[in-house]
Amino acid sequence: MGIRKLLSGNEATATAMKQINPDVVAAYPITPSTEVVHYFSQYVADGEVDTQFVAVESEHSAMSACIGASAAGGRTSTVTSACGLALMWELLYVASGQRLPMTLAVINRALSGPININNDHSDSMGARDSGWIQLYSENNQEAYDNYIMAQRIGEHKDVLLPVMVCQDGFITSHAVENIELLEDDKVKDFVGKFEPTRHLLDGKPLSVGPYDTPMHYFEHQYQRAQAMIAAKKVILDVSKEYAKVSGREYGLFETYKLEDAERVIVVVNSSAGTAKVAADQLRAKGEKVGVLKIRVFRPFPVTEIAEALKNAKAVAVMDKCDSFNAMGGPVFVDVRTALYELEKRPLTINYIYGLGGRDVTVDNFLTVFNALSEVVKTGKTGETYRHIGVRGVN
Amino acid sequence: MIFVKGVKIDQPWNEISIGGNITEGGNAVAVPTGDWRVMIPTFHEEKCKHCMLCFPVCADSAIPVESENKRLDFNFHLCKGCGVCFKVCPFEGAITWEKEDK
Repeated sequence: MGIRKLLSGNEATATAMKQINPDVVAAYPITPSTEVVHYFSQYVADGEVDTQFVAVESEHSAMSACIGASAAGGRTSTVTSACGLALMWELLYVASGQRLPMTLAVINRALSGPININNDHSDSMGARDSGWIQLYSENNQEAYDNYIMAQRIGEHKDVLLPVMVCQDGFITSHAVENIELLEDDKVKDFVGKFEPTRHLLDGKPLSVGPYDTPMHYFEHQYQRAQAMIAAKKVILDVSKEYAKVSGREYGLFETYKLEDAERVIVVVNSSAGTAKVAADQLRAKGEKVGVLKIRVFRPFPVTEIAEALKNAKAVAVMDKCDSFNAMGGPVFVDVRTALYELEKRPLTINYIYGLGGRDVTVDNFLTVFNALSEVVKTGKTGETYRHIGVRGVN
Repeated sequence: MIFVKGVKIDQPWNEISIGGNITEGGNAVAVPTGDWRVMIPTFHEEKCKHCMLCFPVCADSAIPVESENKRLDFNFHLCKGCGVCFKVCPFEGAITWEKEDK
């Protein structure tokens, strides 16, 4: 069962898109996501998909075209990175506010300035409060699987929200891995058809996105907030169903050697693999360490993460993105908030790491686990807002 | 008050359309813009000569006209109190315009 294939993360995403066969793809190429658009437009040219490909002049237009396509009842997809996502910003809120499902592959790249094309999470993390569901992917397999599941999650009647599927630019987008694809017909069966209750082409009058006065705007925001809450169960249900088809199980996050772990690293995307190697090395010496890898960042699994970390003595939350708030990165802020509800909380510190493609090594994670030992020993966090891998700092 | 057919102003969040979608045409007339008013015109019918200078300048179709030579009182559901009708009225006291007591 399944098809073994050697694919880069970008090609894996493009392959998922091909198997999904969306009605509309509107995209503008930007490094490191360019390849996805490149591959997909080739599928269109070769007649391998039925998709209407809209070659737009900017990402602002790409997202606008996707909004129109989704409002017209089309299954819609796009791809971007970094400044491209930033240029979509205004429309990201429109897509989620109008409750228009679509999928967006974000190939994570640092935001300028100074300009940098390499990986960190400053692009998608900046969009974390735009009302989009955010799924993060450690490797090419997860990028492929998440993209297929994203269709069903966003289009569910209780959700109706757009979904970002993120993976690390270059690190997974350009690295070739052996992954297992589903057969075309299995993907087709799994994603089914997008059938919105109303759309612009259904022959009846409909205005999408009219001016919303103070009389109704707040209620519509409450609707969107409720949809995000409802998304958690839908993500789990869809993931369970996907496990039946693929044999691969996904939760809101992955726990790695966490059961009896006293020191835990929380991490997102590809660096989870590096953190797991560090954990393995310390486990071999009998040290109780573990890793929690967040897959679903929006909606944020607040109670589940608290439950998973409640027995840890010290936690280090890794952020591949700085919030420039003088107190910590976005993942740290949310994880620490989750822990606040616990009666007995682990001591929690933050590390900003790997910005703009700075190499992230097993040694980095060993240093972090070591720092956690110090926190456990002293019973004090010391400075919680830390950076690792910056020259002159450590 | 009816906003759009079947939709009331005070409906809770789970009874209004998703994302504010409007599922009917020609309903701008049903949107209450009268609550924006600061100033309010008053129609004094006894002084009005029904010259019909006021109703064409009303930007909000808030001056109903019954027949060719008879205007009616303002539609305060739509009137924003801009005062243009008061300015064009040539008959003193037929339309007065003052701050609205709310």
